[in-house]
Amino acid sequence: MTRPELLRVEGVTKAYPGVVANSDVSFSISQGEVHALLGENGAGKSTLVKMIYGLVKPDSGRMTLNGAAYTPAEPRAARASGVAMVFQHFSLFEALNVAENVALGMENPPPMKELASRIKAVSEEYGLPLDPARMVGDLSAGERQRVEIVRCLLQDPKLLIMDEPTSVLTPQEVDILFKTLRKLSSEGTAILYISHKLEEIRALCDEATILRRGKVVATCTPRDRSAREMAELMVGATLTPPARAGGAKGAVALEVAGLSVASPIPFGTTLKSISFKVAKGEVLGIAGVAGNGQDELLLALSGELLAAPEAVRIDGAPVGQAGPTQRRALGLVSAPEERLGHAAAPDMSLVENALLSGALRQALTRRGFIDWAKTETFAEGIIKDFDVRTPGTQVAARALSGGNLQKFVVGRELSQTPSVIVINQPTWGVDAAAAASIRQAILDRAAGGAAVVVISQDLDELLEIADSFAALNEGRLTPPRPVTGLTVDEIGLMMGGAHGMEVAHHGH
Amino acid sequence: MMGIDPALLISALMVASVPIILAAIGELVVERAGVLNLGVEGMMIMGAVCGFILSVQSGSAFVGFVGGALGGAALSLLFALLTQVFLANQVASGLALTLFGLGLSSLLGQSFVGIRPPATGVVPFGPLADIPFLGRVLFSHDWVVYMSVVAVAATWWVLKATRTGLILRAVGESHDAAHALGYKVRRIRVLAILFGGAMAGLGGAYISLVRVPQWTDGITAGAGWIALAIVVFASWKPWRVLIGAYLFGGISVLQLNLQAAGARIPVEYLSMSPYLITILVLVIMSSGKGKAALNAPASLGQNFHASR
Amino acid sequence: MIRLEKRPSPSRFWQGATPVLAVVLTMIAGGLMFAALGKNPVEAIRTIFWDPLFNPQFAAYSRPQLLVKAGPLILIAVGLSLGFRAGIWNIGAEGQYIMGALFGAGVGLAFYPAEHWFIFPLMVIAGAFGGWIWAMVPAILKTRFNTNEILVSLLMVYIAQNLLASMSLGLLRNPEGGGFPGSRNLSQYPAASNPELIAGTGMHWGVIAAFVAVIAAYVLLQRHILGFHIKLAGQAPKAARFAGVNPTGLVLLCMGISGALAGLAGLFEVSGPAGQISIDFNVGYGFTAIIVAFLGRLNPIGILLAGLLMALTYIGGELAQFMLGLPAAAIQAFQGMLLFFLLAVDLLSNYRIRLGATGEAAR
Repeated sequence: MTRPELLRVEGVTKAYPGVVANSDVSFSISQGEVHALLGENGAGKSTLVKMIYGLVKPDSGRMTLNGAAYTPAEPRAARASGVAMVFQHFSLFEALNVAENVALGMENPPPMKELASRIKAVSEEYGLPLDPARMVGDLSAGERQRVEIVRCLLQDPKLLIMDEPTSVLTPQEVDILFKTLRKLSSEGTAILYISHKLEEIRALCDEATILRRGKVVATCTPRDRSAREMAELMVGATLTPPARAGGAKGAVALEVAGLSVASPIPFGTTLKSISFKVAKGEVLGIAGVAGNGQDELLLALSGELLAAPEAVRIDGAPVGQAGPTQRRALGLVSAPEERLGHAAAPDMSLVENALLSGALRQALTRRGFIDWAKTETFAEGIIKDFDVRTPGTQVAARALSGGNLQKFVVGRELSQTPSVIVINQPTWGVDAAAAASIRQAILDRAAGGAAVVVISQDLDELLEIADSFAALNEGRLTPPRPVTGLTVDEIGLMMGGAHGMEVAHHGH
Repeated sequence: MMGIDPALLISALMVASVPIILAAIGELVVERAGVLNLGVEGMMIMGAVCGFILSVQSGSAFVGFVGGALGGAALSLLFALLTQVFLANQVASGLALTLFGLGLSSLLGQSFVGIRPPATGVVPFGPLADIPFLGRVLFSHDWVVYMSVVAVAATWWVLKATRTGLILRAVGESHDAAHALGYKVRRIRVLAILFGGAMAGLGGAYISLVRVPQWTDGITAGAGWIALAIVVFASWKPWRVLIGAYLFGGISVLQLNLQAAGARIPVEYLSMSPYLITILVLVIMSSGKGKAALNAPASLGQNFHASR
Repeated sequence: MIRLEKRPSPSRFWQGATPVLAVVLTMIAGGLMFAALGKNPVEAIRTIFWDPLFNPQFAAYSRPQLLVKAGPLILIAVGLSLGFRAGIWNIGAEGQYIMGALFGAGVGLAFYPAEHWFIFPLMVIAGAFGGWIWAMVPAILKTRFNTNEILVSLLMVYIAQNLLASMSLGLLRNPEGGGFPGSRNLSQYPAASNPELIAGTGMHWGVIAAFVAVIAAYVLLQRHILGFHIKLAGQAPKAARFAGVNPTGLVLLCMGISGALAGLAGLFEVSGPAGQISIDFNVGYGFTAIIVAFLGRLNPIGILLAGLLMALTYIGGELAQFMLGLPAAAIQAFQGMLLFFLLAVDLLSNYRIRLGATGEAAR
């Protein structure tokens, strides 16, 4: 297959203070090719595509599009040249409707009425049904992604960039997306597909460029390589999966029964009659696509969101009306997904952040007065035990890299001899080595007798560490099932299958 | 209270609410762009003094209004500089604007105390003005009264139906998403702030040129704060600004009439009634499970800095 | 090209240096303003900042005034700073100051002409209560109905001003005052007066209260978990809830403290330096205290220094008015300018300024 070359990137370098995001990166994409950009978190994939999309200017190097020099000064210029992008963290406006969101991403949008009918037409043609009049805030994560894709498709892109598109989809929705992408590719649209999920890349992509620490370390044809080979190229080391000691389960430590509570978040998800039990030594994995009630569930378990008294019990004691402090006193610790701003205060030092949730269980205060020396020791202990890379305990939390801060936050909670642990997205945005050590630490606490709830959107992670498995879908939780023997199809159905596809069925 | 003629009352409340409408509609645009400018009072009083000085110097009320708009916009430029370039806290910067505006206006206006400004004429509607009741209510005002209504309509139309309005709302909803799509968040916000400043200045000029009409220190007497409250009352929707401002104007006119009619209630209690009622309205609008808050632009009051 | 680059951690050097830089810049810009008014800028700045303290002709009168003016500013600003730190914006201290004075004076005048030891302490309690209750209105409306506390607290100032006018013309008017508005003079009623404690220093009970408030706030913020929670709630509200901070309680606490301190300032003023309730009793201390709080970087020690500096501009401003004919409004504009520069240069503590678009290769 010799298709004409579309985009060529040559020797592109981009440095930020303290970090070289891209160093001498080169690769090329042909028309209609599905090209994977593969790498761990922090490998420089995002910076690279932002340069192609005109959001960031390279320090050096050059790009050509269809043989002509390509230097987009801003996204507008990139779009005018036929480059479109679907973002990982959506570039959507929740309080605006679908048509308005699409119009904002176009250079010369037609009048709203005409645009709405074109959205309907294009979305159905590609099997991505959308109602142009709906408010984006009310859509599921998968539907929001469709808005972004349709926005791109309306401009007949020559190159479509997709940044981690499947992290918000159920397995069934992934299949639909892949069908759409293959159709696009057969029509001649090139796709630059960014991911760290190897099986997906093997299923979809023609070529792959592998990045590690900002450099291209290999290019390959994914179908010819095993996932393990590519993983080792990507990580640069051999990975050992976490070891688990199948400890005996004890008594029920955390019991949730009929938990129903409205979301405090705008456009959030109401929790509907959630019930589950977690025994001492057990790890319950809760899967689900983003925005199906994960954040609300964590808030309701940590005590930041109050519910009926009997809805949540710790060791039999009703705590639905108890705040975070009282629940901590009973042995429950929690780690929210959002590290900066929720789990940690960005501008405060690590010592202060250690005090944030450790004050009670570590007895860091006496009659309300803070024992700073003891707090410092506690912070130092976390940094040492969890291998947090930091110049010291007095630096602000925001100065740490995402992975290091995650280690600190998880470490802070796990260091408090908890009997119940609730964690949302324990390894989100963390490199493979750090992720493995966080998972190991969680398993160690379970082996020590703690009851653990892990909420995650990473199915592989849940299957690796959980004993039982449940899924959140639109605020409801499926009954937990033992992990052994579950198939991907079953999991997908538990997660709700494909959301909002009714229109498509009517269309056929 | 027999002495109060309904036609006169309605006609007077339309005039009384003009400064609030102008300032509130300007602030509405600013807030829809995601910026909270608490300096409305300062910008209004700068507009009041600049408008007054220029109209007295030039002998033309129209020049005065232009000057008022420019004065308000000039002060708002300081706010734009602080919050959009120096990334200062918007609440504190707005307060600074008000404190500075009050001081500077009194400094500029000190040699203009006790002078009468040139009159702002009534728009000649000919025989229309002689229609009973309607003529008095609708066709007996100066041009600024009509302009204030036009400004509300225009703002509504721009926000709802034009691309400019869509982009402005988008920036106010999520500056990060707007930036990712390549919109110039800072430039759009600076322009919105300048518009808000000009409108507040115009409103201030109306106070010193028509409502009072003379110059005294602190002439705006909290009108800027009431305009801010009206924006919340209106849940960031232009037509509701008009309703809110007319309601407020009605109360002010009524209490003035009661004072004049020598009602038994002491003057001080009548003068505090508009503020009390504004608080009451704020409470009603914000309760009910944060209904008004749901309409608030999502990025309101947050500074934007494109980090990477 | 100039670019901004966020610092990984806030710069400690600039946190201390920005207020000084702001004062210097304000002196320059203020000098230009004075020059534009046809005054000699150097002379004006010297009259404001130097003469009140060191000119032998004026210092004897001016020096005690420093504490008299700084006392209420510091007392109010310390209270406000706690709320500002927590992201709770009480900007109605002026109204709470008035209400403290009205309540305190009301209690004192109710006992007139009796002489009991407990009258003044009772007035102090009433003053704090008056400010507290006035601040509770926006606080409760915020926690109960989610009403914006900025607007309500500010609107309450206008209501308080009208109440003040009504009281000085009606209920509290001096029956022996020949029909003039204004109450009896409390400084001539020993049981209810707040006298100068050490002659020639300006020191009165309000100044002592201000110093106590500075120390208490310092300990609270540095050593106590409550102070930590206040800072946390302001910097990261979600993290504060995660830590177990009750936002409702924090609003009531911060508004309550700032209201009570503003009320105290009003009481000490009406029973001391001002002497009586009158229509123009309040002179904007409640608003200037906002500048003081920011100039002191919301830090109690900083507020102490900032309060003294701001008091100096008041006294120096009066002196300049008297000596050079500088309008009183010029000083108000000057104070506003100070807040502007402060907010602008504050950028330096969180951001680095870089020149040139490129060339910032990795270290």
